[in-house]
Amino acid sequence: MSTHKLRRVFVWELPVRIYHWVNALAIVVLCITGYLIGKPPAIMFGGEAHERYLFGWIRFIHFVAAYIFLFNFVFRIYWGFAGNKYAGWKNFIPTNRKYFREMWEVIKIDILQLKGKEHLSVGHNALAGFTYFMMFLMFLVQIITGFGLYAAMSHSWIAGLFAWAPYLFGGDFALRQIHHITMWLFILFAIIHVYLVFYHDYVEGRGEVSSMSGGWKFIEEEVFEETEKKSAQSS
Amino acid sequence: MSLRPTRSSYYEELRQRGYSRRDFMKFCATVAAYLGLEASGVGQVAHALETKPRIPVIWLHFQECTCCSESFIRSSHPIVADILLDKLSLDYTETLMAASGHQAEKCMRDTMEKYKGEYVLCIEGSVPTEADGVYCMIGGRTSLDILKEAASGAKAVIAWGSCASNGCVQSAKPNPTGATPIHKLLRGTTVIKVPGCPPIGEVMAGVLVHIITFGTIPELDGIGRPKAFYSKRVHDTCYRRPFYDAGLFVERFDDENAKKGYCLYKVGCKGPLTYNACGVTKWNNGTSFPIQSGHGCFGCSEEGYWDAGGLYLRAQPFPGFGIESDADKIGTAAAIATGVGIAAHAVMTNLRKSRLIGNLISEGKEAEKEL
Repeated sequence: MSTHKLRRVFVWELPVRIYHWVNALAIVVLCITGYLIGKPPAIMFGGEAHERYLFGWIRFIHFVAAYIFLFNFVFRIYWGFAGNKYAGWKNFIPTNRKYFREMWEVIKIDILQLKGKEHLSVGHNALAGFTYFMMFLMFLVQIITGFGLYAAMSHSWIAGLFAWAPYLFGGDFALRQIHHITMWLFILFAIIHVYLVFYHDYVEGRGEVSSMSGGWKFIEEEVFEETEKKSAQSS
Repeated sequence: MSLRPTRSSYYEELRQRGYSRRDFMKFCATVAAYLGLEASGVGQVAHALETKPRIPVIWLHFQECTCCSESFIRSSHPIVADILLDKLSLDYTETLMAASGHQAEKCMRDTMEKYKGEYVLCIEGSVPTEADGVYCMIGGRTSLDILKEAASGAKAVIAWGSCASNGCVQSAKPNPTGATPIHKLLRGTTVIKVPGCPPIGEVMAGVLVHIITFGTIPELDGIGRPKAFYSKRVHDTCYRRPFYDAGLFVERFDDENAKKGYCLYKVGCKGPLTYNACGVTKWNNGTSFPIQSGHGCFGCSEEGYWDAGGLYLRAQPFPGFGIESDADKIGTAAAIATGVGIAAHAVMTNLRKSRLIGNLISEGKEAEKEL
């Protein structure tokens, strides 16, 4: 029976954590309001239309959340260059062989659950990082299609930046369709994401779940020793 | 309709026809309003129609149903039909010209030569490109051939209706004739698209009057539609909009809400996706438009509206997933599949990684005892 000594590592900086939760909240709000815009509930109402503004409010909340989502994403791109090594853009975009090797490791050990040496990474593992990169592209799709649909009814120059989108995709029909199906990719992502956070916490015992609130993960002393050994060898 | 030796102005022709000065000014005011001009614009329109010679027009019909022409001659102001059809000097149009056969072909050739760089080319219908264009031939020539020749000397090219602008029903899948909208065949030429099935007659007249008055093509949006008529969605000018904002929708065409005139969004109205002037200009002398008659907008002026899915469906079926498959159905199925996958993975984790997890737990328990 081995015992592990754990060291506290500051993985997620405050801006990353704020980004994460603003993003999570925005996506939840956008998905709920977006679903309602796509499939409004049937309401029986005896009064006059001017007494209510329900659908108007749903759309308003959707648009406000969309702006928050957009600027939050812009900030995260900036932080991919300004942040620490766990926040940097190289976590998301594969630049070397090692990245792909690690992705394969994660698929073998964590997804297919083949027997082998457990794979542990401190920040994002390669597969997670690459998945987030794919999600960032989905963010972009959603921003372009969403603001593209919104541009026609907005005087904002920000929405105006996306006014070309309907022409690129062949009209609002296609934009709406892409926007709607991509929402479901976000929902699927959220389900898997939450599950995997619990999974990693459960099999690694490093405080994965709480890391996105305090920013810390608890890493075994052996990992530090190995890292030292490796850097000694290479130098 | 032969070529006249000297071209009189529109106003002169109208006076000859018995229209009063008052009728003429009313027409100018109407058209200026459609064009969205300011009050002084009425004078500009009147002045142009009084002084400028008639613009020769060649109006070609390819793969189409002539509903654009029908719409045009029924535009609300009688002068529109008179001035722009009888007197617009439609030098060549298969539907309405008197000449036929070789005579007609000669007419077109004469206009193209005599008024090179001056005539307006109007095109109704798409052009077939499959099988060397045999699906639409006039006078032994393919429509592509005729189009290219006519366009080369035109002052402006107008694509009337959805066929010419985006292919409409001929280009719907599988598009056996290879029906192609005009702008894809005339690369490098500015094509004024006036989509709609048909386009509104007043809009068509407005586009022509703009060209006559200002001598330029009207301001166009990113895909070549005149901004004056196509910058707003039908939804934004719809008189049922308050019901939409209130969240009050027709659930079925025969329900109580339909009788109350609620918003048709949920029964597939494409107003929120369709850029056209129907809500403002309306049809048949401003009598009504589809939504006003209790029928949702089809989106007839939007590209690919035949292929975009059900005309009465709010959520469109997804290509490749069957006709009942809207995005929500596919998404729900995928979410359920994901849930099942996760459950299986969770069970597998406990089986395959039992030692690892067991160690973590016992290690934690030991530590707990030490405190």
